[in-house]
Amino acid sequence: MLEIKDLTVRVAGKEILKGVNLRVNAGEVHAIMGPNGSGKSTLAQVLAGREDYEVSSGSVSFEGRDLLALPAEERARAGLFLGFQYPVEIPGVNNVYLLKAALNAKRKAAGEPEVDAYEFLGLIKQKMKFMQMSESFLTRGVNEGFSGGEKKRNEVLQMLVLEPKLAILDETDSGLDIDALKVVSKGVNSLRDPKRAVVLVTHYQRLLDYVIPDQVHVLTGGRIVKSGDKSLAQELERRGYDWVLESRVA
Amino acid sequence: MSSKSQDVEALVGQKYRHGFITDIESDSLPPGLDEDVVAAISKKKNEPQFLLDWRLKAFRHWQTMQEPTWAHVRYKPIDYQDISYYSAPKSPANAPKSLDEVDPKLLETYEKLGIPLHERARLAGVAVDAVFDSVSVATTFKDKLGKAGVIFCSFSDAVRDHPRLVERYLGSVVPTTDNFFAALNSAVFSDGSFVYVPPGVRCPMELSTYFRINAAKTGQFERTLIIADEGASVSYLEGCTAPMRDENQLHAAVVELVALDRAQIKYSTVQNWYPGDENGLGGIYNFVTKRGECRGRDSKISWTQVETGSAITWKYPSCILKGENSIGEFYSVAVANNYQQADTGTKMIHIGRNTRSTIVSKGISAGHAENTYRGLVKILPSAAGARNFTQCDSLLMGSKCAANTFPYMEVKNPTATVEHEASTSKIGEDQLFYCLQRGISAEDAVNMIVSGFCKVVFKELPMEFAVEAQNLLSVSLEGAVG
Repeated sequence: MLEIKDLTVRVAGKEILKGVNLRVNAGEVHAIMGPNGSGKSTLAQVLAGREDYEVSSGSVSFEGRDLLALPAEERARAGLFLGFQYPVEIPGVNNVYLLKAALNAKRKAAGEPEVDAYEFLGLIKQKMKFMQMSESFLTRGVNEGFSGGEKKRNEVLQMLVLEPKLAILDETDSGLDIDALKVVSKGVNSLRDPKRAVVLVTHYQRLLDYVIPDQVHVLTGGRIVKSGDKSLAQELERRGYDWVLESRVA
Repeated sequence: MSSKSQDVEALVGQKYRHGFITDIESDSLPPGLDEDVVAAISKKKNEPQFLLDWRLKAFRHWQTMQEPTWAHVRYKPIDYQDISYYSAPKSPANAPKSLDEVDPKLLETYEKLGIPLHERARLAGVAVDAVFDSVSVATTFKDKLGKAGVIFCSFSDAVRDHPRLVERYLGSVVPTTDNFFAALNSAVFSDGSFVYVPPGVRCPMELSTYFRINAAKTGQFERTLIIADEGASVSYLEGCTAPMRDENQLHAAVVELVALDRAQIKYSTVQNWYPGDENGLGGIYNFVTKRGECRGRDSKISWTQVETGSAITWKYPSCILKGENSIGEFYSVAVANNYQQADTGTKMIHIGRNTRSTIVSKGISAGHAENTYRGLVKILPSAAGARNFTQCDSLLMGSKCAANTFPYMEVKNPTATVEHEASTSKIGEDQLFYCLQRGISAEDAVNMIVSGFCKVVFKELPMEFAVEAQNLLSVSLEGAVG
């Protein structure tokens, strides 16, 4: 589904990603772990199509298409979703309105009719219940005055409504208490499907107790230096990232 | 075959037009302004002596005045002797015969604004009368208002049919000597609207210039006077939301509102005069004086404006809060794109005890535009317990535009409370990217973000108007980002 080859990215002249290779197949969940400043968020943003990042070499294909050639909105409509690490507030713009516009943009691109307002409300209420969100969410502005945990739940809610083929979740677990973490994990797990894939970007192994990854990758210094199954995450938790670097040198 | 018939049609159309080219605009005064011109305008309109005297007084004072230069706007000097001050409605022969003859770009804009088809034709100045629905609407409208005792007519009709009301209230809020443009308007105003709501009457419908048939051609110096008698209430919508292509450069209108005891007036404007092209060429100079007086106790005047048009806007809808416990409100969205300049805001003059005022101003700048908020809150010694709340926010799109805020406050009573909040923000790259990542196009995203920014003001507009205002906003900001 997603194939990243030798991806090199610069930000303001500085090389952040130095040749990343990654292959994610449909039906898989991958976790990308690594210390602060290793390039995890840069990778997520570049895949989603954020400008200000200069791809100096390499390629990314998404379902056989050249992902880097598409503008951000077309990537989204093609089924790529980014759960933001810091979801932004948009004052005065209603949550439901934004979500409906997003769903309709996607449907329009797929040649489907716009979603019926009544049906949409039913859908969103059902998903909100699943994510244990209060009804007040329906009348509030996008992330306006949300707590950190509410923002993350909202990201997952949007993901569930938009049903992406590939979801990249950038530290969706950070700042969550254990109950919220369980809810968010439940949301992510509900999206697991042989036709979809999920990439979890995270610091901690904690999330991976609830969302069991097929593969774990360690990204540090702009490269994926080690890959393995879920036991790698547990080992990282026990021995820290330095261990990976040391074992590489040795 | 079909192409042949088109040729024939084109030929016929051409001939038709040429055939009528004579004798148009025979009823115009030549450019220039002196006492004779003022007298001629008054005579053409068969005005009573008091109005002629009033106009002349204004004119004589205007001659002693200087054009104001304090506003944060730049424009080439206006030659007041180069303007024609009276022009009867243009001959129908000169107007387009059908929508097919109207500039397609204009029609496209109407389409985007969602203006009904029959209105589109009227707005574009199509010279077909008596076939539109609006005519019958206007008739039912008049019946209903007549039964309630509400007077709603053109200013000229009011002068003819209700001279005593006009004489009593005209210039009582904006005197002829008030400012340069108001004085000029007083001397030469051509027409406008008049509303009188009798005591205790709640006007049964929103009054709108949309429905006043002769409103579209009132020209560049409009005069509006609205009086809500004791306990009366009225909501008035001004302006059309479509761009009227107008060759006239200067637009100097005056609006006066009078609210007596317990009366309420809500005045909403959606202004979209031609703003000039992307390079700042052409466009209207919109130099308008709007003021309301809460003359009676417990009265209320509320201004809501959405300003997206004009090359230059110079406008400060104000409230004089004379009556005890009276309330003044000002809700404004001002958009300036390309090379537009807007200097707009309000004045709240607190005279009576326990008077209250609220100011919410949202300025949006894009392109090379400059957007200035200028506001005065004045609390006189007599205004014990007066309160004001002001909030002005600016939104910048791109890096070549500017926003300024000039809030003035004069508080002369120690029991008064005055609050001011201000913010300036850039349309966030983060906000934009967030929307894009959800599959929403850049244009829709900008519209969404801007509408969110303006929401508190749009809430104050009557329902149908709010929708149009929102559409208008997106048309005005087209291409502002990206």
